[in-house]
Amino acid sequence: MMGYGGHHPGQPSMAEALTAAIESLLIEKGLISSDAIDAVVEKYERDIGPLNGARVVARAWVDPEYKSRLLTDATSAIAELGIKGMQGEHMVVVENTPEVHNLVVCTLCSCYPWPVLGLPPNWYKTPAYRSRAVSDPRGLLREFGLELDENVQIRVWDSSAEIRYMVLPERPAGTEGMTEEELASLVTRDAMIGVAKVRPPKKS
Amino acid sequence: MSSAVDRTITDMEGGAALPRKNGELIFEAPWEARAFGMVVRLCESGLYQWDDFKERLIRAISQHACKDPGVDPEVGYYHHWLCAFEQLLKDHGILSNAEIEARAAEYLSNKRDLYE
Repeated sequence: MMGYGGHHPGQPSMAEALTAAIESLLIEKGLISSDAIDAVVEKYERDIGPLNGARVVARAWVDPEYKSRLLTDATSAIAELGIKGMQGEHMVVVENTPEVHNLVVCTLCSCYPWPVLGLPPNWYKTPAYRSRAVSDPRGLLREFGLELDENVQIRVWDSSAEIRYMVLPERPAGTEGMTEEELASLVTRDAMIGVAKVRPPKKS
Repeated sequence: MSSAVDRTITDMEGGAALPRKNGELIFEAPWEARAFGMVVRLCESGLYQWDDFKERLIRAISQHACKDPGVDPEVGYYHHWLCAFEQLLKDHGILSNAEIEARAAEYLSNKRDLYE
């Protein structure tokens, strides 16, 4: 078993003893296995959550009034879609245009708008990403495969415990006839962090 | 075994919401993760419905029914979780109070080794 590796070896707490008692009894009755418990814990620890942000982006693309609410008061506009899990963080959504590209980082740690984007990717937490987003954003984006024209201005947004940023990417060409739901399926996590653009749908 | 996470579990709200930091689940001690995994796994196996557990969890939190005297009931979400789980197992006849108490006593007195 994964074990209870404790603070007082030889002196289990009531909670540790109770948990171990229940686990061992359930195993004896054939109702559970230690491996199955490990697997469940791992699965829930790795769960990145739903990509709620994609719904927000798609709504903003099809509904100009929603988009203007989103850009002025993102916290309320996101709550409008029934997205939950905010714990007092203030959301700010920044819009990409042909002239301006936005990039989100947390230079201090790894603050991230998880209710809309799920858990952060590992690279988001690396010192390399956190420093280069500020010192050389154009070079960093190139490494992500995003080559921006020299005259496109890059704005870098530094998240904090109080303010979480999300990028509203540009709606790709060729999506005029698509439904909101179809549009949402095009929106990627990377596009909402600002290290990618939303690609047009593949021609079928 | 079901492969996807259950959103009714991940999206519980209010006092019942799973403790998280920056979105990631927090377990402050290994037993908390074991207790979490057992409750979810047995629900996946169909031994009870999630609401059966959730209603006991909410009750445990609101009544501070946790019986670990060494722990401030205000701080330990997973103490309430464990308390609710124990109640659920007894209510559904999966484990009896007597066998849980006897086995826990063996761990507490080191007749059984927690760390093996």
